Amino acid sequence: MGQMDPLLRIVDLHKRFGELEVLAGVSLDVKRGEKVSIIGPSGSGKTTLLRCINYLEKPTGGHIYIDGTLIGEKQVGGKFVHLSDRELAKERREIGFVFQRFNLFPHLTALGNVTIAPIKVLGLSREEAEARGRQMLEKVGLGHKVNEYPERLSGGQQQRVAIARVLAMQPKLMLFDEATSALDPELIGEVLRVMRQLADEGRTMVIVTHEIQFSGEVSDRVVFMDHGKIVEQGPPKSVLFNPQQPRTREFLKHLQER
Amino acid sequence: MLQLPEIYAENLHRWLPELLYYSLTTLKIAAVSFFIAVVVGLLFALLRLSHNRLIRGFAVGFIEVARGLPIVVVLYIVYFVPPQLFPGLNWSWFTDFTGAVVGLGLHGAAILAEVFRSGIEALHKGQREAAISLGMTPAQSMAYIILPQATRIILPPVANYAIGLLKDTSLCSLIGVNELMNDAKSIAFADYQPMAVFVLVAVIYFAMSFPLSMAVRYMEGRLAVSR
Repeated sequence: MGQMDPLLRIVDLHKRFGELEVLAGVSLDVKRGEKVSIIGPSGSGKTTLLRCINYLEKPTGGHIYIDGTLIGEKQVGGKFVHLSDRELAKERREIGFVFQRFNLFPHLTALGNVTIAPIKVLGLSREEAEARGRQMLEKVGLGHKVNEYPERLSGGQQQRVAIARVLAMQPKLMLFDEATSALDPELIGEVLRVMRQLADEGRTMVIVTHEIQFSGEVSDRVVFMDHGKIVEQGPPKSVLFNPQQPRTREFLKHLQER
Repeated sequence: MLQLPEIYAENLHRWLPELLYYSLTTLKIAAVSFFIAVVVGLLFALLRLSHNRLIRGFAVGFIEVARGLPIVVVLYIVYFVPPQLFPGLNWSWFTDFTGAVVGLGLHGAAILAEVFRSGIEALHKGQREAAISLGMTPAQSMAYIILPQATRIILPPVANYAIGLLKDTSLCSLIGVNELMNDAKSIAFADYQPMAVFVLVAVIYFAMSFPLSMAVRYMEGRLAVSR
C-alpha cells in the first residue's frame, strides 16, 4: 500500500433494487487528499453510490477498497461474502458519513452527539472525548452551543454538529450526501464554509451535491453521473464549463435555467 | 341499601386489615408479572425485528397467539396444562402464585413486545444509520441510540399496561391465588355482605391504580413538552 495507491478504489459497482438497476457498473479511484464532487440528476445513483461506499447499502456486485483493504466483504474459499453490520463496524469508523437530514441523536446534547462514538467505539475516556469534541465543535463554529440539544439548533447548526461528530472519529475519508439539500437557502452558506475549510485542510472528501458552483470551487475533480453510470469526469474547469458529453451539457443547461 | 355506614362501623376493623394484607399479594403479583412482561417482551420485540425469517416467525407466532387469547385462558393453560403434560415431574414448586405471574407475564410480554417494537420502529431509520456509520455495532446502536429514545416513546403505553395489569391480577382468583379479589369473595359470602365488601374492594383497587394513572398523565405532559 504505497502512498501512490488510491485511498478509495471502487471497482465495477452494481446495485439493484429488485428490477431497478441503480448502479450499472461504476469504477472510481480517489487519491489521498483529493476532493471529488459527484453531480447528476435525481435518480442517477449518486447517493446510492455514496451509501455503498460504507455499506449502508450492500452492493449487488463489485468491490470497494480503502487503503488497499477490501471493505464490506471477505473472501471465503475464493468467493466474496458480505460482512455483517457487526463485522463492518471497525471498517466504518474510518469512513465519515454526513447525511442530508443530519440524523443527530435528539436525546444527546451537541457535545454528547460528538463524543458518544469516540467513547463507545474508540474507547476514549470521557475527558479525552470531551476535549476532542469541544475542539471539533469549536472548529465548526459552535463552541458556544456544546450543551444545546439538537431541537434547539437551526438546520445549519445541526448539520455542522453532524460534521463535527464525524470529525471527532478522525476518519480517513469523508462522505457528504447532499449535505445542504435539506437546509433553508440562508443556512446553506455556513455549512459550505465548514466544508470548504475541511477541503483546505487536505482531507479526502467525496461530495454528492447540487451546489454546482461550490463543487467547482472546492473539488479537484467533478464526476457527472446519469442512469447509474459515470458519464463524464475531470477537473471542474472542463466538466462544468466545457463538458464533452451531450448529457452533461443538457444537465448543466437545465440547472442554469432553473 | 343505605345501611353501609352501619355495616362498615361494625365490620371494617375485621375486613380492612385482611383485605389490605391480601392487597399486598395483588401488588406482588402485579410487580413480578410486570417484570417478566418487560424482560420477555423486550426479548420478543428484538426477535421480531431480527433479519432471520425463522426467528421473526417464531416471535410473531408467540405474540399473535398470546395476544389473541383471553387472559383467563392463558392462566388456566399455564397453571393446569404443564402438570398434566408431564405428570412424572415434581410440580410442588409450581404454586398458584407462580402460575399467575408466569401467565400474566407471558400475556403481557406479547402486548409489550408490540409496544416496544413500534417504539423502536417509530425512530427514523436514519438514527440507526447514523450510529452504525460512526462505527457502532448493531448492539451498541441499540443500547446507546435506539433504546434510550424508544424509552421516551413507549413509557406512557407501558405505564398504561401496568395499570391494566394491576386490575387483571383479580383474574388470578380464578386459579385459586389468595389475592385481594379471592379474599374479598370469601369474606363477602361468609359474612353475606357482598355489596359492602365489593364496594370496599373497589375503593382499594382504585386507591392502588389511581396514583399510577396520575403518574402516566404527568409523564405524558412532560414528554409532550420536551419533544
